Amino acid sequence: MGKAWKFGHDIDTDVILPARYLNKSTPEHLAAHCMEDAGTQFAQEVKSGDIMVGGKNFGCGSSREHAPIAIKACGIKVVIAESFARIFYRNALNIGLPIMECPEAVAGISPGDEIEVDLATGIIENKTTNTQFQARSFPPFMQELIRAGGLIPYVEGRKKNA
Amino acid sequence: MSMTITEKILAQHAGLENVVPGQLINAKLDLVLANDVTGPVAIQEFAKFSTKNVFDPTKVALVPDHFAPNKDILSAEQCKMMRDFARSQEIEHYFEVGRMGIEHCLLPEQGLTLPGDLIIGADSHTCTYGAVGAFATGVGSTDLAAGLATGEAWFRVPESMKFIFHGTDFQKWVGGKDLILYLIGKLGVDGARYRAMEFTGEAISALSIDHRFTMCNMAIEAGAKNGIIAPDDKTFAYLEGRARRSYPLYYSDKDAQYIDVQEFNVADIPLQVSYPHSPENAKPVQEASGIKIDQVVIGSCTNGRLEDLRLAAEILRGKKVHPEIRLLVFPGTQTILKDAMREGIIETLIDAGAAVSTPTCGPCLGGHMGILAKGERAVSTTNRNFVGRMGHVESEIYLANPAVAAASAIKGQIAHPEEVF
Repeated sequence: MGKAWKFGHDIDTDVILPARYLNKSTPEHLAAHCMEDAGTQFAQEVKSGDIMVGGKNFGCGSSREHAPIAIKACGIKVVIAESFARIFYRNALNIGLPIMECPEAVAGISPGDEIEVDLATGIIENKTTNTQFQARSFPPFMQELIRAGGLIPYVEGRKKNA
Repeated sequence: MSMTITEKILAQHAGLENVVPGQLINAKLDLVLANDVTGPVAIQEFAKFSTKNVFDPTKVALVPDHFAPNKDILSAEQCKMMRDFARSQEIEHYFEVGRMGIEHCLLPEQGLTLPGDLIIGADSHTCTYGAVGAFATGVGSTDLAAGLATGEAWFRVPESMKFIFHGTDFQKWVGGKDLILYLIGKLGVDGARYRAMEFTGEAISALSIDHRFTMCNMAIEAGAKNGIIAPDDKTFAYLEGRARRSYPLYYSDKDAQYIDVQEFNVADIPLQVSYPHSPENAKPVQEASGIKIDQVVIGSCTNGRLEDLRLAAEILRGKKVHPEIRLLVFPGTQTILKDAMREGIIETLIDAGAAVSTPTCGPCLGGHMGILAKGERAVSTTNRNFVGRMGHVESEIYLANPAVAAASAIKGQIAHPEEVF
């Protein structure tokens, strides 16, 4: 179970990880500055297992993979959004950062709510309000990618089986 | 089966007769590119593959343009890592400082992006190359690493949207930047999410290649996968002397399927300014007239080409930058810079009081060479005006074309070019 950190629509990757920190790419360095420009103490206060919630078009803008790396390195278990920008969507799956599309859950989660998420079934439970949501399922190919743990193990696995 | 230009390029590279939107395909890549910010992460990921060599060292481009010339020690290490990789992998298209330019200006200029190509780049503005009829899209570093290792990438075939711009009677000073800001204003920043944006119509045919680059460059700002313009005589003229390989030509079929078709009269589109903090906040420049500013940036992968500099010089010729304004000019490549010198553009800009830089992405992403302080406001010809994009989280960016930017530099406030004549 984790606490929900809620952000708005069109959260861009410049806000998730400002470019001034792109001169180094270690996960610890990136995690320390995650969401710094969103006007929160997120990086200082986030705990491993917490949940990030966003509105529509989450992760728009720059292709910097540093953004999902930073979120993952903060210990965020899953990002739940109404929708994801396409490069962020690919990047998250590729690096093994769990993401879920679920507009109903976004509407039904307030900042600080305690959330339980089952990544296998896509069931999102708001323990604070006692409500349940079902995230959209991934197409079979992306499920395979997720099961493999990201793009590199997926490509390497396919090569072995070829 | 009828297909769009985007579908035809994807089908050909996937070895398929045809493809339909939503289909997942694995496709062969003609060019794979990265810069000094995304490249190092991709190189680290590449090392995790069992393959130790890139799929084809002639089909990889590495450009140190973001924090180069090295802005600090950490950036120097990142550039060095990419340089070392380029040398050890014998990458043909590595561009060292002095020969490099802003990647999306440089690679087309070098003839590396051709019609019908399938290109991925670890930079969201890779979609720029759609201006010459390529399918080009931005990816992250892990996708890029897989591209380096295998020469392939997976794609979901996007639905295509068609935008027809009728007429050729552009309002004075209006160009590709205004058309695309206007369109993003209508669509919103996710209005073309996951989709292909196809630009067509008499107005697009009338636009020069430089203006077409500007339009396709900003397709990502509407959330699109790619922007594309069918090759025509202007494209062929641009490629003359640049292209070093033959290229196939693809055109959308007359009965190709589009998820949306929108039509505009170019005569109705005024000069645009996008207010902070989103490119979708586009308004006619008159509404913004009088907003006090501190800095003006002209350049970038969006508007750092010769015609952009020419336009800025036309406005600034014989005039002075307002005493309280810093005007920074970033030509896209060394060739553009030299051409601009030859035409007297650079002298005009410097005489007006501009600082002219070697090519770099620097200020556009708040990297270096022109960071904004708390509370400062800029007019910029770049592509994004997100919170903190060019510096302090409490600074502001107004996006505009080079003519509006130049006029604003003279007035010290956002201005229509007519206001300075």
